[in-house]
Amino acid sequence: MPVSATRPSFVPAHELPDDQRIVLTGVGLTSPNGNHLAEFRANLLAGKSGVVDYETRYMGKTLAGVCNFDELKYQKRKDLRRGTRVGSISVYCANEAVIDSGINWLDYPKDRVGVYLGITEHGNVETENEVYEISKFDYDTKVWTHHHNPRTVANNPAGEVTINMGITGPHLTVGAACAAGNAGFIQAAQMLRLGEVDLAIAGGVSESIHTFGIFASFASQGALAHNADATKASRPFDINRNGIVVAEGGGICTVERLSDAKARGAKIYGEIVGYAMNSDATDFVLPDSNRQSECIHLALKRAGLQASDIDIVSSHATATEQGDIEECKALNKVFAGTNVSINNTKSFIGHAMGAAGALELLGNIPSFQDHYAHATINLDNIDERCQLPGLVINEPRKLSKVDYILNNSFGMLGINSVVIVKRY
Amino acid sequence: MAPSDIRQVILDILSRIAPDEDLSNLDDSVSFRQQMELDSMDFLDIVMELRKQYRVQIPEEDYPNLVSMDSTVKYLTPILKDTPAK
Repeated sequence: MPVSATRPSFVPAHELPDDQRIVLTGVGLTSPNGNHLAEFRANLLAGKSGVVDYETRYMGKTLAGVCNFDELKYQKRKDLRRGTRVGSISVYCANEAVIDSGINWLDYPKDRVGVYLGITEHGNVETENEVYEISKFDYDTKVWTHHHNPRTVANNPAGEVTINMGITGPHLTVGAACAAGNAGFIQAAQMLRLGEVDLAIAGGVSESIHTFGIFASFASQGALAHNADATKASRPFDINRNGIVVAEGGGICTVERLSDAKARGAKIYGEIVGYAMNSDATDFVLPDSNRQSECIHLALKRAGLQASDIDIVSSHATATEQGDIEECKALNKVFAGTNVSINNTKSFIGHAMGAAGALELLGNIPSFQDHYAHATINLDNIDERCQLPGLVINEPRKLSKVDYILNNSFGMLGINSVVIVKRY
Repeated sequence: MAPSDIRQVILDILSRIAPDEDLSNLDDSVSFRQQMELDSMDFLDIVMELRKQYRVQIPEEDYPNLVSMDSTVKYLTPILKDTPAK
């Protein structure tokens, strides 16, 4: 008999003992419109886009969400040369999160820390750079760098964090296409509940703007955004949308068991009360609203919640026609008749790939205190197929309360992830 | 290239490989690794840069010749004697 038949796979969080309840206690992030949570939040509420004109190898002019964090805050120039861009993003965000958490890091047992970072892809940037480099030498592979393998192994971003911070517990990346940000948090929650680690440094990261291939592939698919005004280019749900703006970034949290967080008097940003992941099992790129709504329902069920309990839904929509419409079908199926507010952070920063789910969740977290749902911007003429209950259009919405945020993150090959965070 | 040119080439490579190091007081007679934070991957960068810039193939058994500035310049002088400085 399967284990699932003899015991519920999830007990609602409020019925769990504190050592099984999982909370977010520190935030570190870099997004195209902010290098810490307060700046990110302020720009989301102010409607400020982080999308800029950008040039990429072979393709020339395009648009992207570009981060401008201080790379030398936690690394030396030699570290930057040795490692990867996403490693640097990860190191910055992880250090910021730990400092924000107030943990006594110097004395913390580093063998009890795990690093779990969601990635959409890894190694494209470094491989493309190296192929370009050897093209200057008639493709002589003798000048192929010895740094290629350590830069391109799939655990690179998480591994760079462990080296930088002296963490000797487990580390890995979670490859989950654009559902990866949520997947990083889910992995952390599971490892904490199992007692594998006492502190998780988790979230999602991306360096995707540094490879032309991501842009070129979306362009060939007819899914790469263009607009004379970069800040107007990312426009989910708008009838005049024309595709994805690729972005880089990172969103990383310290994640702890509630009992540990309480014992050290930690500031608590929110509690992960529900999550779910599933697969469409249908198509390489086209999403499936049926599986998406099932994923949302499963997360709600595990949290012991009804759809009407959710105050804010952070949508995944990327500004592709099919993607937007399918998610709207799923959201309408689950949230019709509720008072939910639905927003979209990609409209501000573009699609930060592996970091998207994490950044989109974290951008909403301050709503527990400020009671605003930030908007989806650039929504001038709604696609009628994207009519949603409570869609927050262009201006933030003041809410009477925010107790629950539900964060959607979906990806290619039909991977879906949902995380629900409760105000603590 | 004259020995002084080769020294400058190596100095330029080192400044790229170890950008946080102050090379102004480098002692040419002392091994690089005694004066700088250089690991085996960095050392391979020196070999790689020479390969890229001057098409010099240094066999692995000759790597011990690259231990210090003095020994490196001495080793490279006959190899690069007909190569013009850039």
